[in-house]
Amino acid sequence: MQSGKGLRMISFEAVSKHYPNGTTAVDDLTLELPEGGLTVLVGSSGCGKTTTLRMINRMVDPSAGTVRVAGRDVRDSDAAELRRSIGYVIQQSGLFPHRTVLDNIATVPLLLGWGRRKARSRAAELLERVGLEAESGDRYPHQLSGGQQQRVGVARALAADPPVLLMDEPFGAVDPVVRTQLQDELLRLQRDLRKTVVFVTHDIDEAVRLGDRIAVFRTGGRLVQCAPPARLLTRPADDFVAGFLGAERGLKLLSLTTLGEAEVPHEPVTPVRTDEPVAEIRVGGNGGSYEGTQGNWRVAVTPDGAPVGWLDAGALPAGGTAGDAGLLPLRPLRDEDSLLAALDESVSSPARAVARVDGDGVLSGVTGQAALHERAAVHHTAAATAEPAEPGGEPGAGGGRSGQEVTGTGAVRTAEATS
Amino acid sequence: MLQLLADLARWLTGPAQWQGSGGIAVRLLEHLEYSLLATLAGAVLALPLGLFIGHTRRFAFLAINLAGFGRALPTVGLVTLVFLAGGLSMWPVYVALIALAVPVIVTNTYAGMTAVDPDVTDAARGVGMTGPQVLFKVELPLALPLVMTGLRLAMIQVVSTATIAAYVSFGGLGRYIFDGLAQRDLVQVLGGAVLVAVVAVLLDLAMAGLQRSLFRNRPADAR
Repeated sequence: MQSGKGLRMISFEAVSKHYPNGTTAVDDLTLELPEGGLTVLVGSSGCGKTTTLRMINRMVDPSAGTVRVAGRDVRDSDAAELRRSIGYVIQQSGLFPHRTVLDNIATVPLLLGWGRRKARSRAAELLERVGLEAESGDRYPHQLSGGQQQRVGVARALAADPPVLLMDEPFGAVDPVVRTQLQDELLRLQRDLRKTVVFVTHDIDEAVRLGDRIAVFRTGGRLVQCAPPARLLTRPADDFVAGFLGAERGLKLLSLTTLGEAEVPHEPVTPVRTDEPVAEIRVGGNGGSYEGTQGNWRVAVTPDGAPVGWLDAGALPAGGTAGDAGLLPLRPLRDEDSLLAALDESVSSPARAVARVDGDGVLSGVTGQAALHERAAVHHTAAATAEPAEPGGEPGAGGGRSGQEVTGTGAVRTAEATS
Repeated sequence: MLQLLADLARWLTGPAQWQGSGGIAVRLLEHLEYSLLATLAGAVLALPLGLFIGHTRRFAFLAINLAGFGRALPTVGLVTLVFLAGGLSMWPVYVALIALAVPVIVTNTYAGMTAVDPDVTDAARGVGMTGPQVLFKVELPLALPLVMTGLRLAMIQVVSTATIAAYVSFGGLGRYIFDGLAQRDLVQVLGGAVLVAVVAVLLDLAMAGLQRSLFRNRPADAR
């Protein structure tokens, strides 16, 4: 989206919100959100992040300062019209319980006067887009699971194809597994649609996972720092931000980068096929080097070459095939998996190494713990010493995020950080 | 006692009782006319009030206190008062019946509006509905089960109280009760009372059935 580069889609100029009872929800906020970027507003409860979000679509009017969307002061627009041009997703989805899923999604197109047919066909299209079956369109919201309801909420927000999407803790009320799925889904949608997304959460892991940029708020409605996740993690502005990010900042940083991006090498190995007779397995290698692994651990693969477990070649049973021997669990890693996932796997692997697979899930080699640590440390240092991007917006936030997989958000950042 | 029941059955089923200008059929229609008109007029007055209070959350004390007020209102006293002020007409009866219906409808409408999930109204505003659109497309449909409950309650009360039309010399099923009392004809009094009760129960069942069929798609706790 070349038009989007560096353009400020949403801007806050010295915005404050005070309530009559004396509380200050937002205190003198100046912030610019680039077009096409996903900015996460994060902070503990009562820090003003939701108020900040709601000032964008005039659900809350500021006491002082100016909020602009696409350069235009929001107060110059009719509130209802402004809101129809901005997608809005809230916690608990806020779906209309008396309308079918399809009618819920068609809400904004109908308000815009699209006509029933067009609105419904658009709604059906979005239903598919957010990963729901066409049949669920005729159901009522209470007949869906919490995760499905949130998907409908996202579909409703996207129905009229607004350039801006506001999401207020949209995944806060679903269980962790579903939350991860919804986050993946959002990243996938965002790669295709490139909306300007403002996402409120109190979950720092969610922020790191989703955000191009993260704005950290503290109690009293003050913005403390707004930066890309890698920068936030390596150079928190103060103790408050550092504390909020938690003790595992280094590990969180590793979660941003994939094995492919960090160019973590792997060595070819000859695996043991599960249908191979035990008698033919020789201890100490079978033509391939097992450098990097410890002990006599070998990778066992299916006849298709997919790794299934670690085989202790030093403690084989008397007979049978390799598949009969007790295998220890193994999680194969692709280039798209994060450094953090690889580190986790290497810690739990008896061989102190991780098995790598190609796009088809076929074993391509192993990486030892030492090599992994080495690359992770190099990567960490590079991120920590990278020059800050120019103010106003990350170039990467407006440019194309080209990664094919979910953790691809890290691709652009890493490229910037290391170049 | 058995004799009384047998007399009552004979009174209710005698063909002569059902025909003519003073027959049960005519009295029944009169009674329904009074009741439905009064309930309808009550709804016309009370619904906008309840919706306004529910939508804006202003004057909520009115909606809350009106229920107690309605219960405390002496209907016969009110009929007499309006009768003394305005002379003999159906007006005193209608005023009393409407005064009975309005508080129930206002209170239930308000309760229905406040029971709408604030997240839902927030989302409705957030996607760009105007105030009236939020009211008519979201709040009212969601409040409708309780609004209808209010109408049902009002209707039952009005049907049972419409007997007072006879108190000021008009018709309806109350005729049998007041005439029976005057003539010390217990069977006639009982017959009138049974008819009023049956009408009230049947109307309530009909409204309940309507409510069920209208809201069968709602979650069980919101019908």
